[in-house]
Amino acid sequence: MTQINTPNGFNLDRSGRRIVVDPVTRIEGHMRCEVNVDDNNIIRNAVSTGTMWRGLEVILKGRDPRDAWAFVERICGVCTGCHALASVRAVEDALDIRIPRNAHLIREMMAKVLQWHDHVVHFYHLHALDWVNPVNALRADPRATSQLQQLTGPNHPLSSPGYFRDVQNRLKTFIESGQLGLFKNGYWDNPAYRLSPEADLMATAHYLEALDLQKEIVKVHTVFGGKNPHPNYMVGGVPCAINIDGDLAAGAPLNMERLNFVRARMEEAFAFSRNVYIPDVIAIASFYKGWLYGGGLSATNVMDYGDYSKVNYDKSTDQLKGGAILGGNWNEIHEVDPTDPEQIQEFVAHSWYRYADESRGLHPWDGETEHHYELGQGTVGTRTRIEEIDEAAKYSWIKSPRWRGHAMEVGPLSRYILNYAQGNDFVIDQVDSSLAALNQLAGTRLTPKQALPTTIGRTLARALEAHYCASMMLDDWHELIANIRAGDLATANIEKWDPASWPQEARGVGMVAAPRGMNGHWIRIKDGKIENYQCIVPTTWNGSPRDPEGNIGAFEASLLNTPMERPDEPVEILRTLHSFDPCLACSTHVMSEDGEELSRVTVR
Amino acid sequence: MKTDDHEATPSILVLGIGNVLWADEGFGVRAVEALHQRYTFAEAVTVMDGGTQGLYLLPYVQSCECLLVIDAIDYGLAPGSVHVVRDDAVPSFMGAKKMSLHQTGFQEVLAAAQLLCWQPQRVMLVGVQPSVLDDYGGSLRPEIAARIDEVIRLVVDELASWGARPQLRSQQSPEHGSQHSPGYSRDHQAPIAELAPSALALHHYENMRPSPREACRVGDPRFLARDLGHPDGAHGDPSREAGSERDGVTESPVKE
Repeated sequence: MTQINTPNGFNLDRSGRRIVVDPVTRIEGHMRCEVNVDDNNIIRNAVSTGTMWRGLEVILKGRDPRDAWAFVERICGVCTGCHALASVRAVEDALDIRIPRNAHLIREMMAKVLQWHDHVVHFYHLHALDWVNPVNALRADPRATSQLQQLTGPNHPLSSPGYFRDVQNRLKTFIESGQLGLFKNGYWDNPAYRLSPEADLMATAHYLEALDLQKEIVKVHTVFGGKNPHPNYMVGGVPCAINIDGDLAAGAPLNMERLNFVRARMEEAFAFSRNVYIPDVIAIASFYKGWLYGGGLSATNVMDYGDYSKVNYDKSTDQLKGGAILGGNWNEIHEVDPTDPEQIQEFVAHSWYRYADESRGLHPWDGETEHHYELGQGTVGTRTRIEEIDEAAKYSWIKSPRWRGHAMEVGPLSRYILNYAQGNDFVIDQVDSSLAALNQLAGTRLTPKQALPTTIGRTLARALEAHYCASMMLDDWHELIANIRAGDLATANIEKWDPASWPQEARGVGMVAAPRGMNGHWIRIKDGKIENYQCIVPTTWNGSPRDPEGNIGAFEASLLNTPMERPDEPVEILRTLHSFDPCLACSTHVMSEDGEELSRVTVR
Repeated sequence: MKTDDHEATPSILVLGIGNVLWADEGFGVRAVEALHQRYTFAEAVTVMDGGTQGLYLLPYVQSCECLLVIDAIDYGLAPGSVHVVRDDAVPSFMGAKKMSLHQTGFQEVLAAAQLLCWQPQRVMLVGVQPSVLDDYGGSLRPEIAARIDEVIRLVVDELASWGARPQLRSQQSPEHGSQHSPGYSRDHQAPIAELAPSALALHHYENMRPSPREACRVGDPRFLARDLGHPDGAHGDPSREAGSERDGVTESPVKE
C-alpha cells in the first residue's frame, strides 16, 4: 500500500524515493528520520523512529521516592531541572505534601531560568545554523550590518560598524585556523539558506553574545540549587535556607547579596530576550517569507497541562494556561486532566513494546514497559543494520501517547496558541506586535492563524516564551522578597519526610511546562518504595510513531509537503525537526575525529 | 587547605563526565568521586561531577586555566584500557566515537569555549575503555572499577606537576547513604561535602538497586550493536594509532 489517508487528515505516499537521516538527534535515544519525496522533491511521507530504549522505569523501580529526582536529573544534560521538578511534584502529589510559599517561588524562578536558558541556547547554539550561514557572514559589510541592527533591534547597544568588524575578524580567524568547530559540516552552499551576509553576521555576533550571557544566568541555579552543576531539589521544598541578613559564611543560606545577584542576572536575561533574541527571530523570518512549511499538527491539535501558577496548587492562576485544542478550533478549549485514565493513554501498536491488547492504550499509572523488538516484513536491511524501516509494523522505541485518542503537538508553540486563544494579554500583545514587525519588514500580511502553525512560528513562540519567562521570574523575585520581609522564612515542609508517615500505597502526578513541551511524571508508591514510575516527556508526544488508528504524530506531520532544495542535503528536514528542540546535541553539527559527518544521509 | 608554599597554583578544573545510570559510562564521575574522597588540593583546584551536562559546564571550563577530564571513551582498545590524550588532540577525541549524548555536549563545550577565546595552558583527557554500558541502573563492571586506583594515581601525579598540591585526606571515611535527611541538614553530618546527592553515591547507588526479579534489566540489542562498541557489534577501529604504551596506559603523541 503506497498511499494512505490518515484519520487525522494527512495523505501519505511512500512511492517516491526514500531519504534516510540517521541520527537526527540524541537524547531520549537517537532519532532517525525517513521520508519519501516525489518527483519534485516534495516530502510525501515521513517516518520518525526513536532508536534507543531509555529504561528509566527500570532504573527507578524499587528505589526511594525521595531519591527519584536525583536519578531523573541524570537522564540527560539538558532537561535536568524539569525532570527533577516533575519528579518532586509527583512525589508530593502522591503523599499530599504542600510546599511553603518561598519554596514555590524559588522553584518557579529556577524553572523559568531553565526555560529561558534552554530556549536561548537552543536557538543560537543549535537551531540558528538551520537558518544562518556563518561562513557567509565573512562577506558582510559591517556598516550595512550596523544599519540592519539599528533597523531590527534598535534597543541593543552593541550596534556599531566597528563592533561588527571585530566580530567578523574573530570569526575569520576562527574559521581560517581550521577549527570550523561548530560550523563544520553545514550545507553552506545550499540555496535553502536565504539570509543576506549582513543578517548572517548580525546573527553570528548575537550567537557569541548569547554564549557569553547564558553562562551567567545559570549561576542562578547555583545560588538556589547549591551543587554545581547539578542543582539540588528536595521533596517538600527547596534545599536552601534563608537568612536575609546573614553573611556568606554561615552555611551559605540565601541572603540579600545573593538575591540581588539573582535579580541582576534576571534583568540581563530580560534585556537580551527583548532587545536581541525576539528581534533576531523576526529579522530572520523576514528573509524566509513564503517559507510557511512545517506546521503539521500545530494547525489542528495542540495541548499543554498549564504551569506557572501565581497561587500554588490553584490551576486557575496558571500564567501559561493549559488545555487542548482540536481541529484548529481556537474557540473551544478542552480541559486536560492527567489523572483521568480515559484522557492520556499510551499505545504501542507501532512501538517496540508488548501489551496484551495493542488496540488499547494504557494510562501511565498502569503503564507497562515490556520491550518487544521485531521488524516488519517490509524492512530493508538486517536486524542490526536497517536501511529502510517498515512503518506498517513496529518501528520506534517511543510509545504513542494520545489525548482522548488524538495525536497532539506539544511545546512552546502549543502553549502560545492555547494562550492566545484563551485571551492571555501578555501573550496576545507579544504575538500581535511581533507579527506586526515581521509583516512590516517582509511586506506581508500574515495573521496569527497563518504565521503561528509553521516552523517559523514554532521558533518565534519559543523566543516569546523565553521573554515571558524572564518577565515572570522578576515578578517571582519581588514576591519572594516581600514574603521574606513579611517574616516568612520557611523553605521546606518536612512533616512527611519520614516514610513511616506515608500511606501504604499512594500515587501522584507531577507536571512541568518543560522547554520542549509538557512533561509528566506518574508515580505509584508502595511500602515506601517506587512501585511504578512512568514519564511521558514532550518528545514522546511529538516524536511518537503512528497509533493503532493510523494517526501520525507531530514530527511526521510537520515534514509533509515541504519541498527540499537538494534531497541529499536535508536542511529543510533538520530545520523543521530542530524547531521542536528535540534535544541539545544535534549530531548533524558535530564531526568525528577526521571531520567526517556522523549523521548519514542516504537516498535510495 | 593552606600550605606554606606561595607558588601560585593555576586555576584547575578536574571534571568527571558521563552518565552514572549506564554502568561503565559513569566511570568519569565515579573516578572524581573517589578522587575527592581521598585527596584535597590547593584552593584554586575544583573537582567536579559534570554528569551529562553540556553547555552548563561552559562557565567552569571557560574560567579554568588547566583542565583535566576523566571519561569513558571508546578508543577501540581492550575494556579497561586507560588512554591519555593531551592539549589540541582532546577536542577531536571527545568526538571521535560518541557513545552517549554527553560527549556530543562536551565537545561543543570545548568548541564554544574556544570561540569565546579560552586559551588553556593545559588540557588532559584520561579515558577508560568501557566494558558494559547497556545495564541501565547498573554500576561499573569490576574490571572497570579496578582501574579507578590507577587513574587516580595518574591524575594525582599529573595534577602535582601542575601545582595542584594534592594531599591525602586523613583516614576518615565519609558516611554515604546510610542516613536520610532533607538536603541541607545532611551536610552537617557528612565529614566531606559530597559532589553529588547521596542517593547517587556509589555505595548507596549499588546497594539500593532492586534485584533483577524486582526490576527487569534488559537492554536494546540493536542500539548496542550499532553504537556502543558491543563485542559482537560495530567496534571502534582497533588499528587506529594508539601512541606509546606504558603500564597498560597508552598515550597519544602530544601535538605541539
